[in-house]
This record gives sequence, structure tokens and C-alpha cells, in this order.
Amino acid sequence: MGGLQKKKYERGSVTNYITRNKARKKLRLSLPDFRRLCILKGIYPHEPKHKKKVNKGSTAPRTFYLIKDIRFLLHEPIVGKFRDYKVFVRKLKKAYGKTEWSAVERLRENKPTYKLDHIIKERYPSFIDALRDIDDALCMCFLFSTFARTGKCHVQTIQLCRRLTVEWMNYVVAARALRKVFISIKGIYYQAEVMGQLITWLVPYQFSHDHPTDVDYRVMATFTELYTTLLGFINFRLYHSLNLLYPPKKLSALSASLARMVSSAEEEEAQLDQFPVEGEDMEKLEAREREQKEQEAQKKLFDGLKFFLNREVPRESLAFVIRCFGGEVSWDKSVCIGSTYEVTEETITHHIVDRPNASTQYINRYYIQPQWVYDCINAKIVLPVEDYFLGVTLPPHLSPFVEEKEGDYMPPEKVKIMALQRGEKPEQEDEEEEDEDEDEEEEEDDNDDEEEDEEEDEEESEEKNLKKMEKQRSQGKSLQVKVTPGKMKVENPERLEQEEKAEEKRLAIMMMKKKEKYLYDKIMFGKKRKIREANKLTAKRKAHDDAEKANKKKTRK
Amino acid sequence: MEESSGNMRSSEPTAAMKKVREKTAKKRSKEEEEEEEEQIFNFKDKPAGKEEEDEDLSDSEESVFSGLEDSGSDSEEDEKESDDNDDDDDDDVTAVESKQPKQTEEEEEKEEVVGGVTEREEEEKKEDEYEHDSSDEEDIRNTVGNIPMEWYKDFPHIGYNLDGKKIFKPIRNKDELDDFLDKMENPDYWRTVHDKQTGSDIVLSDEQVELVNRLQKGQFGDVNFNEYQPSVEFFSSDVMIHPVTNRPADKRSFIPSLIEKEKVSKLVHAIKMGWIKPRRVEDDTRGRFYDLWAGEDSSILGRHKMHLPAPKIPLPGHQESYNPPPEYLFTEEELALWEQQDASDRKLPFVPVKFSSLRQVPAFSRFIHERFERCLDLYLCPRQRKMRVNVNPEDLIPKLPKPKDLQPFPTTQSLVYRGHSGLVRSISVSPSGQWLASGSDDGSVRFWEVCSSRCMKTVQVGGAVKSVAWNPNPSVCLLAVALESVVLILSPSLADRQVVQSSERLLSGQPEADTSDAAGPVIWSDTEGEELNQGIRLKIQHPKAVHQVAWHAKGDYLASVMPDHSSHLQVLIHQLSRRRSQNPFRKNKGLVQCVSFHPVRPYFFVATQRSVRIYNLVKQEMTKKLQANSKWISSMAVHPGGDHVICGSYDCRLSWFDLDLSTKPYKMLRHHKKAVRGAAYHRSYPLFASASDDGSVIVCHGTVYNDLMQNPLIVPVKVLRGHVITHDLGVLDVTFHPTQPWVFSSGADATIRLFT
Repeated sequence: MGGLQKKKYERGSVTNYITRNKARKKLRLSLPDFRRLCILKGIYPHEPKHKKKVNKGSTAPRTFYLIKDIRFLLHEPIVGKFRDYKVFVRKLKKAYGKTEWSAVERLRENKPTYKLDHIIKERYPSFIDALRDIDDALCMCFLFSTFARTGKCHVQTIQLCRRLTVEWMNYVVAARALRKVFISIKGIYYQAEVMGQLITWLVPYQFSHDHPTDVDYRVMATFTELYTTLLGFINFRLYHSLNLLYPPKKLSALSASLARMVSSAEEEEAQLDQFPVEGEDMEKLEAREREQKEQEAQKKLFDGLKFFLNREVPRESLAFVIRCFGGEVSWDKSVCIGSTYEVTEETITHHIVDRPNASTQYINRYYIQPQWVYDCINAKIVLPVEDYFLGVTLPPHLSPFVEEKEGDYMPPEKVKIMALQRGEKPEQEDEEEEDEDEDEEEEEDDNDDEEEDEEEDEEESEEKNLKKMEKQRSQGKSLQVKVTPGKMKVENPERLEQEEKAEEKRLAIMMMKKKEKYLYDKIMFGKKRKIREANKLTAKRKAHDDAEKANKKKTRK
Repeated sequence: MEESSGNMRSSEPTAAMKKVREKTAKKRSKEEEEEEEEQIFNFKDKPAGKEEEDEDLSDSEESVFSGLEDSGSDSEEDEKESDDNDDDDDDDVTAVESKQPKQTEEEEEKEEVVGGVTEREEEEKKEDEYEHDSSDEEDIRNTVGNIPMEWYKDFPHIGYNLDGKKIFKPIRNKDELDDFLDKMENPDYWRTVHDKQTGSDIVLSDEQVELVNRLQKGQFGDVNFNEYQPSVEFFSSDVMIHPVTNRPADKRSFIPSLIEKEKVSKLVHAIKMGWIKPRRVEDDTRGRFYDLWAGEDSSILGRHKMHLPAPKIPLPGHQESYNPPPEYLFTEEELALWEQQDASDRKLPFVPVKFSSLRQVPAFSRFIHERFERCLDLYLCPRQRKMRVNVNPEDLIPKLPKPKDLQPFPTTQSLVYRGHSGLVRSISVSPSGQWLASGSDDGSVRFWEVCSSRCMKTVQVGGAVKSVAWNPNPSVCLLAVALESVVLILSPSLADRQVVQSSERLLSGQPEADTSDAAGPVIWSDTEGEELNQGIRLKIQHPKAVHQVAWHAKGDYLASVMPDHSSHLQVLIHQLSRRRSQNPFRKNKGLVQCVSFHPVRPYFFVATQRSVRIYNLVKQEMTKKLQANSKWISSMAVHPGGDHVICGSYDCRLSWFDLDLSTKPYKMLRHHKKAVRGAAYHRSYPLFASASDDGSVIVCHGTVYNDLMQNPLIVPVKVLRGHVITHDLGVLDVTFHPTQPWVFSSGADATIRLFT
């Protein structure tokens, strides 16, 4: 009877996957070379849906690559370059061993190199694809550009990273693309909108790094190699989109304006053509328009303001940020090259200082702390400067990336800023009055509470009476017959309706299928947890505020 | 020559000086060893004596000095002169001095030309110097040479003078104290040196002190020596008339070299064979950027479908701020918890910190780590597409008809029947709907008027009542009560006389003689006396404890259940009119929980622990077996239509069987939190109820359609609460009013409640 016996694990999902070791053997590469290739080509392991099937019945932990990916690597020209390099190293070693210096020199001159252009093009067929994936590249380049020349990587790499990041920042300045900034404990996050893509990157603070020992710098260097190439091409394209020359010259101070060459005609944004659309889309369109207007306003946030940076503030970050929003900025000549005007300049409007007090103060300018600049950008308006004067306790710095949904916790500072954004003026801050008001309010609150308590008490007592009576009845004792004046029970129709609805829902939930019930329970659990967390934060905040108030009172007395 | 060299000196003074210095240095090293002895000698010539250590050190210093002496010393002197002398003298002195360097230069030139160093000349020069030396006047010269002086420590003398006579040690008994006094009192103490070779103290003269100072500073000993003398460029770019050397050119300089030829041919061969490649042209395009996406052609296809782009790094929240709102900071407990937790369990990978100003923010220590981990994630982490369920939870809730539209059903608790003192295990409503009978663990059966909740009658039966069942025939008024191993038939006489009479008639039927054998263990007996007065009319004695009684719809047949694992005698069917009993089953098919008659057809339902069996009583065979899939069945009720059955079970479930559809439950209702104890159908309304240990009675709407294609509609309509849970038992039995949409429930709290 019929044919050969079917063997196991020869068809189905097994044929789509290959283990790492097998892949390596197929490509005939050493593990470091394979790793390098995977990084450069963007090949990553896949988790099969049925791991046991793919693993031929075994449950041993293995990483699987798609066999298509590995086949795709087989024809990569860069693999040949890797082999060339291996040969080169071998020859060089031999020449050294024989002390044939001329041979060493000759070999060194012919050191094999490779280019990654085609890989970039292949991984990102369109420019937008590349932009979408640039977050990690920027983070890495900014990190590498802060490295000292400690031998953790090539000096050229550091210099290249520095150059590319400065070019990137200059592009962002020229295009006024920055949207959000956030000072975190890790570093400073920036978010820019470039060609409709939101790009976020993190820049570490300017300190020397304590290089950890458990980090493989070779991996990082390979990534950086790819990222610098990618960033270079992207910069080129972006500069050309602004009609600027690439590579630009002398940028490192972030003071010279790239956009000087950009014609101002471009700034006059072309009016959007409006197409008549049906009712529903109208709203969306309007919203979009409003958003665009807001954005335009944000771009001109610091127009006409003149800043001066004291020497202790992070110069590069502030200069970058201020210039992104149209402000003029300068610093002391001895701090860095590129300062455009002196401290004594009369027209300076804001002097950014990060000390408890400034030694000499000019009358016609504000002395403020650096957080003001960042908060203004996130709030998209020029905030009042009073909270940011020297020596003043700063208001909390909020993350602009958090978008509170319905039911999420919102810190009171955010509420305040939103009110400012809507154009509401903050109440006159006469503290004493406020406090008195608060006190009164508190008292009122107390009264309310008491009233409520009384009501509750009444209800409770009623209930108690009833219970008592029931008990007596159940025990078969004769009731104390007593006629008390009855009370009208006012039924709240709304509440009744609500209760009814709640009951309906409860009953419907009982009829759910098991699977759906599980899912529903899970979702509800998540929701409840969210609420719980929000409540916790609210309580914490309230406790903190109360403690503050008590402190204030104490000090006043 | 001299002139030209002079010119050169003026043109390149610094270069020349350098050369001189180099030369002198070379010479120094060569001569050092040879001259050493002489130098020592020289030093000895000088009147100064030094301490031992100084002497040792001075060897090298001296050599430096002496070696350099030959190459003039005008500039040095110039300085001196300018310092000391007047301007007038200056000119003369320099004029005098300027001769000296020229001389020396000549000598040097000679040295260079000849190649070897002419030491003779050197010595000559030195001797010249010594001629002028006037320091050997008070000379007591020791001729022992450069030997350690302690060799003479046991002798009275310390050496021999030039004449070969002994030099005796000076008589000195200077001790520490003398030394100290000397130090304090003698103004020249600081310039006094002990000469070990002669054993005498020598006071250094001013010049000598000056010399020592200069040497200590690293200057040349000779004041007149010019360190920065211009040197003569011998081999220069200027073409001279005469050749530098007089030597004729070698022959080999005219003949091409064979070795070179060989080498060249080897290289040519290697190039021909391709072993040596021409120098690579520096690839300019590397590191140069251009518009990579100039032609966005679609020739390069995107990644395959399985490509999963890496997720972006989550954006930071408020807690990561350098100055977060105070509520995001950790309290002490939270911090302790965070520290205790494993790194992978932590909600936040860092502790939120507040800094009062930007100036105080330190570097983040794990920055490189985090970037590295991200790198690892990008190329090492297996990726998998996960479908995230994005549903509105409201959409998951099934759309059911509103309970309001399904009225009538009981909604509120309206009456409570109190009187029992133990658990009320069973209740039953009379077919007229006027009376309610209840059996309790306190050993009594009570009859209640439904509308007034009055207890009309109490019958003490002397044992915990397990089950009561009212005869469904409206023309009789009888109640079956199961307690211990007895089934009692009560005639409560709570009806018209006609009805009471008809029930009397039914009870007075005579037993058939021959059936006594068939029933075997069952004994029918009439009651007498007190019991008769109470209304107990018949006693049916069973061999085992009876748990349940159930009437046939006609009211003549009565089934009783005696659960027993090991016997086939578990169910008995009694015929009241003929006082006859029979055991319908020959085999034991599991522990019987409860039984029920089909309301219209001759079927009999037997619920064992896992399944419900349906027997055809006429054909005497099993027609169906329903699998309940639950452990264990506690109660059962049959729909008045007869095609549907509900089973309550101890695992909190109520299963609805559609007999026409399948032997598996059509629907499992997991409404209760605890074991279901009772279940009941309404006789006319499409309602059913279940009672559970969680203290609630759930009333559901259950419409049954005549159309076989349409499934029954089951909607829970009301959760009724009221019973108090005592000893972990809640509601024990539930039953509907025969005509009204009312439901009765009896509970472990010794009450019966009516919900309307």
C-alpha cells in the first residue's frame, strides 16, 4: 500500500525557520561576523507561533531566524568584505611576525574597506522609511559624540558623530521643527516633527561617562557605524530640502544661523486649499486647521526675545532650543566661541541663570532659571516669569509626552497650564486673602460634612430601629406597639433609573460566555487598577499639599 | 674658510649652536672614562676640598665641565661682564675673548675632518689651563690615589706626599659637641669642607663657593663659557668650489648594482604575476554623502511580509522629570518595596528624584547600559506579532431583552414566614395556591396561609423532615412527607369538604394481597390515636432513609428516593389507591439524587450524580441519558411542557437541557457563587428559579418556543436576596406559586420568604 512514510518535521512551519547556529554555518561566518552582519542588515530572530513544532519536538531554548532572511544574507556583498578583512589581518600578522616592514606598509595601504550605502538603501527604500527609524540612530550618535577619547571607540567615529549631530540640530533649528522638550533625570528628551514624522531623541548631560565593564562596545560600534551612515544621508537630504549646502561649514557653536540663506518667502506658508467636504469631515478639518495655527504660533514663540546664558547653564541645549523658536541667544565669550553679544547689551530681555542669586543685575531684563524656557516650549505659550525667578522654588517640570485620557490622573500644574493655554488669567495671588478664603471654605466643608453625617446618622438609626423590631418579631416577642409619625420617603427617580440600569448590566454580564467573560474581567481589572493608581496619586498629592499648608501656617505664626 | 664659516655663523647661529652642543656631548661621553683620573687630579689641584659625597657626585659634574671647556665661552662671559663691568670695558673684553672661540672652532673642524678625536690636543689644552692655575701653593698633595680612605684608618698617617714622606693625620679630637660649637660660632663653618685625603678642614674661597653654586644649578663651571655658540654649517646647500674630500670616486659608483637589478626584476615579476597590486587609489566616496533616495524607484522591494519593525522606546512620563510633581516621588514604603523587588518586576526602572535646580542634576549612571540594552533588543530579541484585543468592554456584554419587557416576575420580598426553629429543608405549595407546607429539621411540618403568612397548622412528626410534596391533583388535599425512613401521607383538611372527602376515599383503598411480596421491605400502615388527630393518615415504612418524595401529576403515584451506592433498591414507586409499592429498577446505575415524573407523558426522570436518565414507564426502557458535565447534581426540575429540564449542581452551575436538541446541556448558567441547592419551573409563566448557598435566588426568564428551530431564550431577570447565610448554608429550596408569578424560598435561617 501507498507510498513512503511521511517523516515528521519536514513540512509546515519548521521549514520557515532556522536556528542561529545552522544559519551561521550556512553563511560560513564566525559568530562576531554573523552578529555584525545581522546588525548591519537588520536581521533579527523571530519567535515562532508553535515553538515546539519548529524546534522539532524539543523544548530547549533556541533562537530562530526566518530562513528567508538567511537566504537573503547569502548574496550580500559585504560578507565577501568580511572575509577579505580576515585575510588582511592574517597577512598583516604574518608580516609583523617576519618583521617585513615594507610588506606591513603595503598591506596597510591596501586595507579592505566597505561601504554601507547599498544596505541603507535596501533597508529603507524610501526616505520616509529612513526617517521613521531614526530615533535610535540619533540617540546613539548623541551618546557617542559625548564620549571622551578613551579608546572605547575610534576618535574618527566620535568626531563624525559630533559633526552629524550638530548638523542635525542645525537642520532642526533651520526648519523650526522642534515640538517638545523634556528634562529628565536621564538626559534631555527632544521631539521634532520632520516631514510629518515625530522623531524623539535623548541627549545625555554633559558629563564624562563612567564606562561600564559589562557593555560590549563592539556591538555599539557596529550600530554606530550603520547609524552614522544613515544619519549622514538623511542630513544630506534634509539640507537639500531646505535648499542648503551640505556639508555646511562651522556650525559647532549653534549660533550662526543656517537659515540666513533660506529665503523668507518660504516662511509665508502657502494657504491651504480647502476642499468642500461633508459635515463630519468638516470638524476634523477645522481641528486640523486650528492645530496648524497653534503650531505656527509655537514656531514664533521666542521671536523678538533676546537671551543671555550664564556660564553654569547647559549652553548647547538652551541655545538649540531657543533658536528653534526664533529667539536670539548669546553667552560669555570665554565659555565657547560664537557668542554674538555681551552681557552688557541693553536689549537683552531674559538672562538665564542657575544660581541662587546673580551678582550684578541689570534692570531691564528678567533673571530666570532655565526651566522656564523648557516649560514655555511645552506649554506653547510664553509663561509668566514670576515662578521662575532666582531663588524661587520651581514649579514641577511635567512631561509633555503624557496625554491624559478620560479618567487618568492629571497633576494640578497641568490643569493650571491648560487654563493658561485657553487664555484664562490666573487669579490674583493675594496669598492672605486666598488663605482666608480657603479657611472659610474649609469651615464650610466641615459644616457640610457634619450635616451629611447627621443625615447619615438618622438613616442609620432608622435602620437600627427596623432591625430591632425585626429581631423582636422573629423572637416572637410582643412588639412595643407605638405609633410614630411616618416620614415621607422621597424617591429619587434618577437614582432609581440608574440602579435599574446597573442591575440590568449586572444580569447581562452574568449571561456572558466564558471566554468573553474572561476578557471582560481582564479589561475591567485593568481599568480598576488605573483608577486605583490615579486615586493613590491624588491622595498623595493632597497629603503633600496639606503638609505644605500646615508648614506655611506654622512659619507665619 | 674662516670667513665663510663666519658668515654662516651669522646666518644660522642657532643651528650652529646646536651642533656644537651635540658634538660636545659626544665628546663628553667618549672622554669621560679616559679623563676621569685626570679630572680627579685636577680637582685635587684646586685648593678646595669637599665632602666625600660631594666628591663622588662631582666626578660627573667635573667631566661635563671639562669636556665642554674647549668649546669657547664668550656668551656666558658676556653676561657676566655686562653684569659686573661697565659698558666701556665690555668692548675690550669681548674683543679679547673673541679670539678664543675661533681657535677652538678650528680645532673642532680638524677633529671633524679627521674623524677621530685628537686627544693629544685636548690634553695640551688642559695643561695650558693648568699653567694658569695658581691654586697649588699651599699644596699638601697626597699621592695614594683614588682609594677608600678607610684603608688608612688604623695608621697614624693617611698617605704620602710628593716627596714620599708620610702625611700624618692631624691631631684632632673633635667630638660632636665641638662640631656643634663650631657650627654655632664659626662664621665660615658653612664653607668649611673636610678633606678626607689630607684629613684637614679646608675653607672654600669665594670663587670656589661660586663654582659650587654654579655646578649645583646645572650651569657650566667656567663663567666665560658660551653654551649657545653659533656653529658652522659644514655641509650646506651652497655649492662650494672645492670638493669636501679629496678622495677619488669608487668604481662601483659607475657600475649599475647587480643586487639592485635582482631586486627590481623580482618586483617586476611579482607585479606581472599579480602578487603585488598597484597602490589602491584612495576611495573618496567612502564617508561622503549624497542623495541616496534621489530616484525612489520601486526596483528594490521592501522587506517581506513577515518584517516586524522594532517598537519604539516608550516615551517618558512625569515621574522621570528632574523636578517631578511631589505625588510621583516614592514614599518610604514604596522605596523599600522597590529595593526589594527584582529588577524585572519593578514597575519603574529608576527611582524618581527631585532636584531643586537644573544645576544639581548629575549624570545618569545607567545611560550607556540602557543604550546597550536597546542595541541588544534590536538585534537579539526574537520578535513576534501579538494581536492586541482592542474592544470596548461594553461591546462584549450580550444584548439581551430588557427585564422590564419580560415582566411579570418576582422583584421584591413581600412576606417572611417565621416559625420554624431549624433549617427549612423543603417547601411545597398546594395546587390551589392558597397553602404552603414546609418541613424543617426541628421535626415539624407547618402549613401556612400564603397571603397572610399565618401558620395554620403545625404537625410534629418526630424527626428531621427531608422533603415535603403536595399532591398535584386539585381534587384531593394530601401531603407527602419524607423523614428518616418513613414517608407519611398527611391530610391537613385545609380545603372544601368535597375535597377532603375525595382524599379520604383515596386513602381508604385496600391493599392487594399478593403485592406484599413484590414490595418486600415496604410496610404500609394506618395510623391511630394522636397521630391520626394531627392528620397523619398513612405511614409507608421504607428499609432505608428516604430523601425525597415526588408525586405523579395525576396524584395517585408517589416516588420516593433512598440514596444508596451499593444497592439497586434506591427508588420506589408507590400507588396510593392500591397501597402498592414496587422497585422499578433491577440495576444500580449510580447514586440517585432526585427523581421526577414527566408532567404529561409516562416518563420518569432519575438524576444520579453525573447524569439524568429518562425512562419510559410504559415500554419499561431507558429513552435518554443526559450528561450534565457537572459534579454533583443536587436538584432537578422538569419544564411543564416536558421537553426541557434544568439541573442544579454543587459546582455552582445550572444546566438547561433541551431534550429535543441534545443530551448535552444547551446552556450552562454560572450565575451563583456557591453550590446550587434547588431549582424550579413556574407552571404557567416562562420563569425558572435557582437557589444557592450564597443566599440568593436568581429568577430567569426562559421562553420555550414550539418551533423546533428556535432555541429557548434565557434571560436572567432578577437576583433576589433576603436569606441570611447560617452555617455556610443559604437557600435550601425554592418553588413557584402555581398561578401567580411569585416565588417561595426556604433557607437555613429557619425562614421562608415570598417574593412577589
